This record gives sequence, structure tokens and C-alpha cells, in this order.
Amino acid sequence: MNPGFSWNLVTDVQWMWSLPSMVNAFRAGLAVALLAGVVGWFMVLRRQSFAGHSIAVTGFPGAAAAVYLGLSATLGYFGFCLGSALVIALLSRGSGTGVGERAHSSALIAVVQAFALALGALFLDLYGGFLSSTSAFLFGDFLGITDEDVLTLVAVALVVLLTMALIGRRLLFASVDPAVASARGVPVRGLNILFLLVLGATVAEVSKFTGSLLVFALLVMPAATAQVLTARPARSLLITIVLGVLVTWFGLAWAYFGNQATGFTITSLAFGCYVLAYAARSARGVLLRPAVTA
Amino acid sequence: MSTSGHLVDAEAPVLTLHDAAVSVGGRRLWSGVDLTVRPGEFVAVLGPNGVGKSTMIKVLLGALPTAAGSVSVLGQRPGAAGESIGYLPQRRNFDGSLRIRGVDVVRLGLDGDRWGVPLPLSRRFSAARRAADERVREVIELVGASAYAHRPIGECSGGEQQRLLIAQALVRKPRLLLLDEPLDSLDLPNQAGIAALIHRICRQEDVAVVMVAHDVNPILTYLDRVVYIVSGGAASGPAAEVITTETLTRLYGTPVEVLKAADGRLVVVGGPEAPALHNDRHSDRHGALL
Repeated sequence: MNPGFSWNLVTDVQWMWSLPSMVNAFRAGLAVALLAGVVGWFMVLRRQSFAGHSIAVTGFPGAAAAVYLGLSATLGYFGFCLGSALVIALLSRGSGTGVGERAHSSALIAVVQAFALALGALFLDLYGGFLSSTSAFLFGDFLGITDEDVLTLVAVALVVLLTMALIGRRLLFASVDPAVASARGVPVRGLNILFLLVLGATVAEVSKFTGSLLVFALLVMPAATAQVLTARPARSLLITIVLGVLVTWFGLAWAYFGNQATGFTITSLAFGCYVLAYAARSARGVLLRPAVTA
Repeated sequence: MSTSGHLVDAEAPVLTLHDAAVSVGGRRLWSGVDLTVRPGEFVAVLGPNGVGKSTMIKVLLGALPTAAGSVSVLGQRPGAAGESIGYLPQRRNFDGSLRIRGVDVVRLGLDGDRWGVPLPLSRRFSAARRAADERVREVIELVGASAYAHRPIGECSGGEQQRLLIAQALVRKPRLLLLDEPLDSLDLPNQAGIAALIHRICRQEDVAVVMVAHDVNPILTYLDRVVYIVSGGAASGPAAEVITTETLTRLYGTPVEVLKAADGRLVVVGGPEAPALHNDRHSDRHGALL
């Protein structure tokens, strides 16, 4: 079935795309990278990566519980991710991004996260023995995606991206400068709650493909890489999206020809990009350091 | 008083407080504040820590109601003239790792409260977008921040960040600028530089400035008037009449002495908390003031 890599790129791609499951993987990869890129960019800017991580981790017991109860894993992901996002949003104070607020939130989020993992263990135990999809819940499965999966993904992506387009500028203001934004009538706390819910929905949807642990490869790494490379918001967001799509597609191809897990290939590429970007900026900083610092 | 709201003539007061008082949590913070500020005037709010100087700004923004007296901002009730007020909250430092340029922070002051996102390529097609870009460039030049406005704001020094934040507060051409301790956490040369900048903007742009300060000296020569608040009452007038041994002794109700150093700096001695010396609340952010 897998003919191996031939160095003839055209026939390679033709072979790869002759499989419906690979075509769906590439389609899903595009939507997932777009979704995770936009939401992840704001998450990184708002320093809410830890909150995002915890929301992702609660997806695992959610999926395990749903499967144990005979429901679809999707339902479990969405129920638990949105639920934990709401808990974090309602219990965190103010904008959710300030220094004091962050300290308060991080302890709270850690509590939610620890309990979620414990629940995951409970459901696995209740299931009795080995749950075959445990590995997929944690590390993802880009193969075996159905047309229906892609449609659900596109629907979620549309809702999330439209929401982000509507609140984008206000959210940026509230993230960068909550005190002035608030004085200008921007509902800083309301936006924090809304954003965490959007993050919850994104994490739930993306986790179906990347797993609860590797959702971060696409949520954090492209955004963090772009923010290392540039401080211009529009350019940074664009780099995030392009990088996310490239990393996902090349990761899928690598996984297909190299017989590796997609979680490993995609994450490795994203990690490599981050390291390169960081090294490039550090090198530039050393070489172009101004003689007199203001 | 003029409360027309639509046409406010140039010499009408920007701000009027009459016998105003404020309570927070049932505790009366200050009372008996009378103040009139006209366009282009520079007024400082002084007083010991914890007396509610920042609360004054909140009242003027309409975020907090007065317990007594009357307050009128640009001929309207506080909070109704938000578009014409520039506000600089108490010092917030941008995290060194925040990857947003100074020019973006200024820009958010112009249109950050709007829904939606700027469309790609709109710079080429939209005159409004170009006008906004021009206004941002102009205000950054006004505060003298052009050299570093395109650097990530977290990498700018405290004084540079403060200039950019003043540009942010000015970008909508406000008629009233409310500044909450803008010199706090700056070193002395930067304090002098920012004070001179605020004075220049005040005169040049005809903006009325109300500034909360815990040290009057960097701005002393520029001030038109001060309001000195203590927990029992308040006094307002020219600095030379308010910051005197007689007035402060009467305000505090205990003997207080105002000393004048050879370079013209004022030092208040003997008060419960002398405004030029107290740094208990701010000591985490900077060292001794004098």
C-alpha cells in the first residue's frame, strides 16, 4: 500500500493522494492548522498557554468517559474542554492576563488539570483493562479521518474564525493593555471568558486529530515561532498560519513515507522551526547589537 | 454653568468640581474639593498616599460616583465624554517578552475598541486607514518616540515606554488628559524629560492636563494649579499658595513645615506623610526620590 519515497515528488504525491484517508488528512490538516494558528496566536500573546494546556488535558478524561459510556469521543472532548474553559474563565479575575491575575490563575488551573488527569485514570480503570484508543486520545491520529470528520471540523473552524474576526481588534487591545482598554469601554473580562470558550472549542476539535498532549504542537509552536520572528501583529499572524499549514502537511507526508506517528513528525517539524527561529534571532541580536543602547 | 454638551466654547472650563466628595466602601476618602480647569492648563493632584488621588481620576472618568457635590467634565457628567478624554493609568510595565511594537500599542489607542479586524491591503485602498496611519505617525513624532516606535515595546526603556503611552493617550486628540503618576518608576532625567513633554503638549495642543503626582518637584515650574488632598479636606490654587507651611498646617491639623531648597525644590517636613519623601507604597518599584 505504501510504496515508499521515490525522489520523484510528483508520483509520490500522486500515490499519497490516491488514498482517500490521506486526502482527508491533508484537508483536515489545513483546517486544523488554520484554526489552531489563529487561536494559538492570541493564546501565546495573552500568556494563557498554561490555561490552554489544562483545557487540552481535560479533553483526555472527556474522551475516555464518552467512550466508556458508549458515546462518541467528540462529545467527550467538547463537553470537557468547554466545561474546563468555563471553570477557568469564571474563576479567574479581571482580564486574565495581568501579573497578579496570572499568579492566581495558574494555581487554580493546575488544580483543574490534576483533577482532570485523575478522572482520566478513573475512566480507563472503569473500562477495565486496555482501552485501545488511549494512545489516540493522548497522541492523536491523523489517519482514518472520514468525510464527516472533515465537515464537522470545517463547521467548527468557520464559527471560531468568524468569532475571532469579529472580536480580533478588541481582544488584541484587551490582551496588550487591559487597563486602557477597559477605560475605553472594551469589556475586558467578558472577552477573556469568550476567548477561553473559543480556546476550549478549538482545543476540543483539534485534539481529535492531534491528541490531548500534542494539540500544543499546533496551538503553541507556530505562534511562538512567529512571535520570535516579528513583532508586527498582522505579519506575525500570517507567519503562524503559513507555518502551521506547512508543518502539518510536511509532517503528514513524512509520516506516510517514513511510517512514523503523525504526532511525532508534525511536532518535530514545528519544534525544529522554533529552534531555528530562536537561533536566528539570537544570532542577529549578537551581530547587530547597537554600539550605544538607549 | 454651561451644560449645553454640544457647543463648548474655547474658554469654558474643561473640568469643574464643586465641593466634591468621594466614599469607597462606606469610608469617606476626601471631601470639599473645588477645582476649575480650563483648556491648556496643567493641574496636579497632590497628597499623602492612600488619600485617594487615583480615585479622583476614577471619578473624572465616571468609573466611581461622587458622594456629594457636583462634577462636570467637558460640560457633561463624568463618563459621558469618553471620546475626548485621554487616560494614562498608573504605571504598567510591558513584559520584556511581549512581542508587540510601540506603534501597535499607540494604534490600539486610536481604534482598539472597534469590532472586527483591519482588512489586508486596506492601506492601499482606504483613505480612512491612511489617515489613521498618519495620525499615529504624527502623535509619535509629537512625543519624540519615532526612533523606537517600531521596536517591540517590551524592549524599550521605562522612559521610552512612557512616551509611547502618552502618545497612545493623545492619539484621539483629547481635550482633557488624565495622567495617574506618569513619573512614577522613572529615573530623574526621564522624570524631567516627561514633565517637560507633558507641559509642551499641554500648551501646544491646548489640552487640559490633570496629573496625579506624589512628588511635585519635577513639575513644579510648569503647574498652573494644584489640588492638595488630605483625609480631612482639600485645598486648591497656585502651587505657591497651596504648598506653604500655613496652608498645609491648616489642612493636616498638625504642624507641618514646607522648606525650600536652594534649587527651588520643595520639601514638606512633619506631615503624617510628606509628599516629596514618602515612598512606602512605591518602594518596590524605585529607590529614594531625593
